[in-house]
Amino acid sequence: MSKGFPETRTDAAMSELVPEPRPKPAVPMKPVSINSNLLGYIGIDTIIEQMRKKTMKTGFDFNIMVVGQSGLGKSTLVNTLFKSQVSRKASSWNREEKIPKTVEIKAIGHVIEEGGVKMKLTVIDTPGFGDQINNENCWEPIEKYINEQYEKFLKEEVNIARKKRIPDTRVHCCLYFISPTGHSLRPLDLEFMKHLSKVVNIIPVIAKADTMTLEEKSEFKQRVRKELEVNGIEFYPQKEFDEDLEDKTENDKIRQESMPFAVVGSDKEYQVNGKRVLGRKTPWGIIEVENLNHCEFALLRDFVIRTHLQDLKEVTHNIHYETYRAKRLNDNGGLPPGEGLLGTVLPPVPATPCPTAE
Amino acid sequence: FRMAAVGRHRLFQSCMGMKTTGMSSQALDDEQKKKENIRSLTMSGHVGFESLPDQLVNRSIQQGFCFNILCVGETGIGKSTLVDTLFNTNFEDQESSHFYPQVRLKAQTYELQESNVRLKLTIVNTVGFGDQINKEESYQPIVDYIDAQFEAYLQEELKIKRSLYSYHDSRIHVCLYFISPTGHSLKTLDLLTMKNLDSKVNIIPVIAKADAVSKTELQKFKIKIMSELVSNGVQIYQFPTDDDTVARINAAMNGQLPFAVVGSMDEVKVGNKMVKARQYPWGIVQVENENHCDFVKLREMLICTNMEDLREQTHTRHYELYRRCKLEEMGFTDMGSDDKPISLQETYEAKRHEFHGERQRKEEEMKQMFVQRVKEKEAILKEAERELQAKFEHLKRVHQEERMKLEEKRRCLDEEIVAFSKRKATSEIFQSQSFLPACSNLRKDKDRKSFFEEKRMNSCQYMSQSG
Repeated sequence: MSKGFPETRTDAAMSELVPEPRPKPAVPMKPVSINSNLLGYIGIDTIIEQMRKKTMKTGFDFNIMVVGQSGLGKSTLVNTLFKSQVSRKASSWNREEKIPKTVEIKAIGHVIEEGGVKMKLTVIDTPGFGDQINNENCWEPIEKYINEQYEKFLKEEVNIARKKRIPDTRVHCCLYFISPTGHSLRPLDLEFMKHLSKVVNIIPVIAKADTMTLEEKSEFKQRVRKELEVNGIEFYPQKEFDEDLEDKTENDKIRQESMPFAVVGSDKEYQVNGKRVLGRKTPWGIIEVENLNHCEFALLRDFVIRTHLQDLKEVTHNIHYETYRAKRLNDNGGLPPGEGLLGTVLPPVPATPCPTAE
Repeated sequence: FRMAAVGRHRLFQSCMGMKTTGMSSQALDDEQKKKENIRSLTMSGHVGFESLPDQLVNRSIQQGFCFNILCVGETGIGKSTLVDTLFNTNFEDQESSHFYPQVRLKAQTYELQESNVRLKLTIVNTVGFGDQINKEESYQPIVDYIDAQFEAYLQEELKIKRSLYSYHDSRIHVCLYFISPTGHSLKTLDLLTMKNLDSKVNIIPVIAKADAVSKTELQKFKIKIMSELVSNGVQIYQFPTDDDTVARINAAMNGQLPFAVVGSMDEVKVGNKMVKARQYPWGIVQVENENHCDFVKLREMLICTNMEDLREQTHTRHYELYRRCKLEEMGFTDMGSDDKPISLQETYEAKRHEFHGERQRKEEEMKQMFVQRVKEKEAILKEAERELQAKFEHLKRVHQEERMKLEEKRRCLDEEIVAFSKRKATSEIFQSQSFLPACSNLRKDKDRKSFFEEKRMNSCQYMSQSG
């Protein structure tokens, strides 16, 4: 349906470009658009189909990081999310394998395909986080890893002869697992999220939610939300990036009611009411993972995968990456923003992570 | 939607074994996968990320699309009419004059909407192309315009604080080159212009006012044009044939280039319908009749099938080429002299060093020059001083000499006066002895005395003057 615009148009602003003897214009004037009335169908909307076909051919990248103390069910949850053995579970470690002395970063990539859409999924595990006696600065290796991925991308982008498609290893989403104590957030949780919410999209989840009753759950969630707000931690979807009213209302609902998602993960199937469902079998009943009455796994899955996956990637690219890039380039002599890249020197990569804006 | 998706997914799973994803890049993918140690996973249920393309597309719909067309062709060849016909709209435009001294470009942006797709269409027309007597510089403004758009994008991309996702992309995505329907061959101007544009923009050549060429002539004309383009190495845009769904039709269309088009917004009654057409005494040329002209094909290819590919080619091929050339021009390279890849950072540092050294050298040079000049000036001044001194000495000497001479003269004069006085005294004595005859002598003496007195006065005056 074409908008019904009146035929009369105000004088068109013609942007004429006289080539000589004026030097080449640096930036052409932002054009003044005229709304035109289409007299019939042309086929412009086929561009959607064209675009869709192209994106399906190139495929997608998605990198998800899971952070939390060991035993909170991170690997199980990721396996449940993507319905396959994406992560190797910690319980399958040999006894001889020690708990890592520092936080390790393990990235494992898989290619999964569904409905003609190919996705290269990378799960980044962080064993050792929060497991030591002294956990000071245990987020630093993680922050370093995230910044390294930005650096890698920046280097590729700045090349003269660039690849057609720069491989994207940047962390798009970080699931932070909160222990279901029922009381409040731990200092480690707050510290981690404070530091990392500025560089990556953090989605807090309450792990092993089957240890809380409904009332305990909602109370806990409220308290966690309050604590996060008090500490100024902006988790995804961040309030400041809401684009329009529609986004805002939709995201507000998620932020204030659903998040943090209280999840249960499982990769075992049981028979319930004639159907095979993923769940956890206990003496007092079977907890169905995908049942919204039992836990919020389905909400998390829909949120991350079915509705906001592309947005996660975009926020990472347009905001977190750009912030990193700007900081990196500005570190050299404090040039005013807007000054060109050429004429500046990129300083060597700092050994410690870039100072995040406090 | 979900049920259909699940069904589709199950179907997919069941024929996963037999299905070969017939993409040519499959082998490469496998190689890459092995390298990166990535395994393919099968999922045991429906996850839901197949909505990902939809998510992406929805985003684009929200932002709106940009499409920029450049029309190059002689004045009066029908560029504006064709664009009007293509987009089925009356874009406001007046007829151009033939008397412009230079080729100029005129850009106009329109916002079109169809169902939920918003398109920002920019149409750039050449004004005065082919009208000049001397057409040597005709193509240059066009090349400059295209480069300017690339430059603007590059500048934005290189900014520290940039906003690429909200940047209005003004790069030209396609260039419709209008060929005159002479029926013979391409004009030299056409070849020259296209040769200069083919590495910067996707060119789709069209034969304008195709109703001036008969069908048999048209076939020969098309063949001639294509062979001329090939033999001159002009690379026009090829419709992509790598996607199965459109490969066949694109390949067929590639063989139909250049499209012979007729444009018209006037409607004529044919049968019981009103169609866009041009009415002649001998018949009606229908724009959308595939037997009459290739307009439908052009619209199909340009808008319905390949618009996205045109945009992609512009960004990934033409823009990247421009960017690479521009950066290399400024002296940045990816590979060092010993064939090891050097990062842009190293290049920057090297350049900075170079500039620094250069600046220091220049500074030194200027210092040296300054010192030199100062010395020279000093020498000149000294010389002048010496000269003055010499002159002064000389004058002094001259004066001295003159003074001595005068002294000499004075002395002489004094002596003479003394001698005269003596003689006067003696003559007075003689006079008193012989008075009468001495009268005349007295007068003579008086004259003589006054004469000497005068002389004395004169010499005294002279001496006082030169004293």
